[in-house]
Amino acid sequence: MRNFKAIYFKELKAFFNSPMAYIFLVIFALVNGYFFTNTFFLFNQSNMRALFNIVPLVYLFFIPAVTMGLIAREKNIGTMELISTLPIKDIEFVLGKFLAGLTLIVLGLAVTSIHFVTLINVGTNIDYGAIFTGYFGLVLLGAVYSAVGTFASSVTDNQVVAFIIGVFIVLVFFLMDKMLVFVPSSIAGIVQYISVEYHLSNISRGVIDSRNLVYFGSVIGFFIFITKQVMEIRKWR
Amino acid sequence: MIRVENLSKNYGEVQAVKKINFEINDGEIVGFLGANGAGKSTTLKVITGYLTPTSGDVMVNGMNILDDSFKIREQIGYLPELNPLYTEMKVYDLLEFNAKIRGIEGKAFRSALDMVVEQCGLKGVIHKDISECSKGYKQRIGLSCAMIHDPKILILDEPVTGLDPNQIVEIRELIKELGREKLVLMSSHILQEIQATVDRIIIINKGEIVADGTNEELMSNFMGKTQLTFDIKNSTDEAVNGLPEAVENIAMLSAKSTNGGHLLSLEYAKENDPREALFNYAVKSNWTVMEMSPHSANLEDLFRTLTLDGGANA
Repeated sequence: MRNFKAIYFKELKAFFNSPMAYIFLVIFALVNGYFFTNTFFLFNQSNMRALFNIVPLVYLFFIPAVTMGLIAREKNIGTMELISTLPIKDIEFVLGKFLAGLTLIVLGLAVTSIHFVTLINVGTNIDYGAIFTGYFGLVLLGAVYSAVGTFASSVTDNQVVAFIIGVFIVLVFFLMDKMLVFVPSSIAGIVQYISVEYHLSNISRGVIDSRNLVYFGSVIGFFIFITKQVMEIRKWR
Repeated sequence: MIRVENLSKNYGEVQAVKKINFEINDGEIVGFLGANGAGKSTTLKVITGYLTPTSGDVMVNGMNILDDSFKIREQIGYLPELNPLYTEMKVYDLLEFNAKIRGIEGKAFRSALDMVVEQCGLKGVIHKDISECSKGYKQRIGLSCAMIHDPKILILDEPVTGLDPNQIVEIRELIKELGREKLVLMSSHILQEIQATVDRIIIINKGEIVADGTNEELMSNFMGKTQLTFDIKNSTDEAVNGLPEAVENIAMLSAKSTNGGHLLSLEYAKENDPREALFNYAVKSNWTVMEMSPHSANLEDLFRTLTLDGGANA
């Protein structure tokens, strides 16, 4: 726990000591803000659907970009050797990295809450529950993508390669739901269950079902687990 | 205490370390000497738990590196080769991070910080970004991170590379100081450095240990002959050529005519010192002796003999 905290805060500090965190937060806010306000007044609806629809798309590239350096960079500059000879358990290291990445994503989401303030001021009959679950779904989705990104970052010492692998896996999860028509009907159910959109849409509709939570928990857990395994394999080369 | 038994490490097909054995006791400063690629760093990486041995055992303070890696890592301070650092961090933050991992916080951290800042001379840079520090400071920062928890065992991979002569002396003194109560294992390919710092030298070549002992032990075991430079004037070719016969236990390697004399290079076995006889012969032949200086074999010769191709059997 102590080590996990040390890694987590070190990583957060590293984000904010470099321009990376600021550039991410600003551009994330700009892109989402543009797409949200673009249609918000046009549709004249008191909800944040537009935002909840665009953020998963922005995630596709932003999260792998945030997470690509988490472990790959340590390998590249050689500090991985120091980390692995310190009394740190692999799982503490991986969790610290993953949560630091996720924290930055959540901060990015927090910045978009400015649109919520706009909505309160101009909207009527606001469904606060739907907005809460919408944000909750985005945090879960961010966590899944961050876990994927952390994994991608652990398999290589090259950040660009980590980014490409991350985008690829994230894209597979994202597109699965949209590719259902091309899948034989016998396995369509399974593919649909694996796809992240399916579970996300339930949550953002306002239904927090334990089945969906189990799904998100399992996917995050799976990627954290294989990242830890990758760290272990390194020693045996 | 570190005990290494039949340790081998392969990288795929390449055998980096081949069945090496050695034992290091507390309070010893041991130097690992070898050419680049001899297997020094690989051995250190196995001891620190960064790599897993292909076969053989490494015991640190009675614990096996495979079973108790975590506990062993708590007791070791390690400075890797090339000294990787988080350059975007401040020196203070990096030390704090290392201390936290070691469970040193609050008051204990304050005093540990004061200690390493004092010992490694970091006073001027403690609040600077690491990227702004000079190479010498970076090396000291790496060293201070390795010793923030006052470890019983310090493993330093090439601790003085890239330092200027003054800094080298400082680091050397520091290592000697630390070695009074700690076990220090350092590697280097700089002979003078090893010779000046450590109690005991282990020479490794192509993954095998070729020599192990104190500086003096290695020298006396090394069957080197002493070479003698003999510079004379007023000498004739005949008298010079007659020298090996007239003086016992001496061999002439070369004889060069100089302006009015000769410059001879002679060789003799250490136990039969022929210098007195040589001098008497010079007097008898009416030579003027300008110089007579023996060069006994040094660590450099030993190292070259042991590590050059085909030299291992010499």
